[in-house]
Amino acid sequence: MQVKIWGCRGSVATPGPHTTKYGGNTSCVEVLLDDETALVLDAGTGIRALGLDLIERDTRQIRLFLTHLHLDHLEGLRFFAPLWDENVALEIWGPRSPVVSLRDRILRSFSPPLFPLDFRDVPARITFHDLPGEPWLGEGIALHSDLVLHPGPTVGFRLEAGGSSVAYLPDHEPALAGIDARAPDWISAGALARDADFVLHDAQYSEAEYEAKIGWGHSSVAHAVEFTRAVGARRLVLFHHEPEHSDRVLEQLEERACELTEDDREPPLLAREGMVIELD
Amino acid sequence: METQQQKQLVLILARAFASSLSTPTLLADARGYLVFYNEAAEAVVGRRFSETGEMPFDEWVAAFEPRTSDAVPIPPEQRPPRIAFDERRPSHAQYVVTSADGLEREIEVSAFPLFAHTDEFVGIIVIFWRS
Repeated sequence: MQVKIWGCRGSVATPGPHTTKYGGNTSCVEVLLDDETALVLDAGTGIRALGLDLIERDTRQIRLFLTHLHLDHLEGLRFFAPLWDENVALEIWGPRSPVVSLRDRILRSFSPPLFPLDFRDVPARITFHDLPGEPWLGEGIALHSDLVLHPGPTVGFRLEAGGSSVAYLPDHEPALAGIDARAPDWISAGALARDADFVLHDAQYSEAEYEAKIGWGHSSVAHAVEFTRAVGARRLVLFHHEPEHSDRVLEQLEERACELTEDDREPPLLAREGMVIELD
Repeated sequence: METQQQKQLVLILARAFASSLSTPTLLADARGYLVFYNEAAEAVVGRRFSETGEMPFDEWVAAFEPRTSDAVPIPPEQRPPRIAFDERRPSHAQYVVTSADGLEREIEVSAFPLFAHTDEFVGIIVIFWRS
């Protein structure tokens, strides 16, 4: 299994000279499998470039798993090139809501006046699915999902294949309910990330910034490190970068994350567009 | 992945909420097990949660011999926690208990069910009000 990052910026896309190294596109991650089906996590603006790549690869079967429907995880969908190919079959999976179906929630941003075209005009064959309580099983892969601490119905994912595992928690504020001195089963997303080889985790803020944004649904770098340690995951990948943070600031935060990580653990990494994480 | 071990997010949030309250508050999960009570509740029951650990809620409550002010024992099915658990509805009652320190206390008990989704019952919250 390989995991490729197409977008790792939080909140809003931030193109410009200060973000060229780590990228300005919002959340989108591709899980590369051996079969011909594409598995995509989130539809931030990073999915636009992925879509072009999938067209080039002639991929016609696509499964998109959404952690939640905040715009920075959905805004790229309208510009996802495979949507406009009638030969493409796209499954969209997302957290269920007690009130409105996944389809209706997505269509709110996919119709006038927010978008010039109507969803009914999309030629690809699209189906909508509520994420199941039990693991989703694909070809050689298991995808677990569970509700995590972030405003609104939001899930995190854990992918397992061939004895390897990666947790994807792009928007997550576990510190709000406690990390320190908690058993992992009492930590939000504790089971999803437990003993994972890699954890792609929200690390939007510095410790000082977090103090002014408690309850916004995101983590400080220090909390991301603390969470990784508490659940026994092997390596942290700092994800969902704050739009105000330049490449230089991100590297300072990476240094801080390394300072907070014990010497006998693998040092945290900054997620960047184009990064490929190899799992055995 | 050991999904059975993970506490449901609503319970995690309820625990964080209860931890911040000065009102004695208890949580039971969908199995009917007491999974947490806060410091204020520790003061009422005279025992820390870490000493008690998870256990069936009815079993835990029975130790306090809940009864009416006329000393008539209250059966489990008439106690608010059991009503909230079995009937999935809120309930409130007043009764007398003997706490772990041997003191007799008059308390009021409110219990209500927690649903993560309309069809997903995840446990109950129980609040003690000292009369």
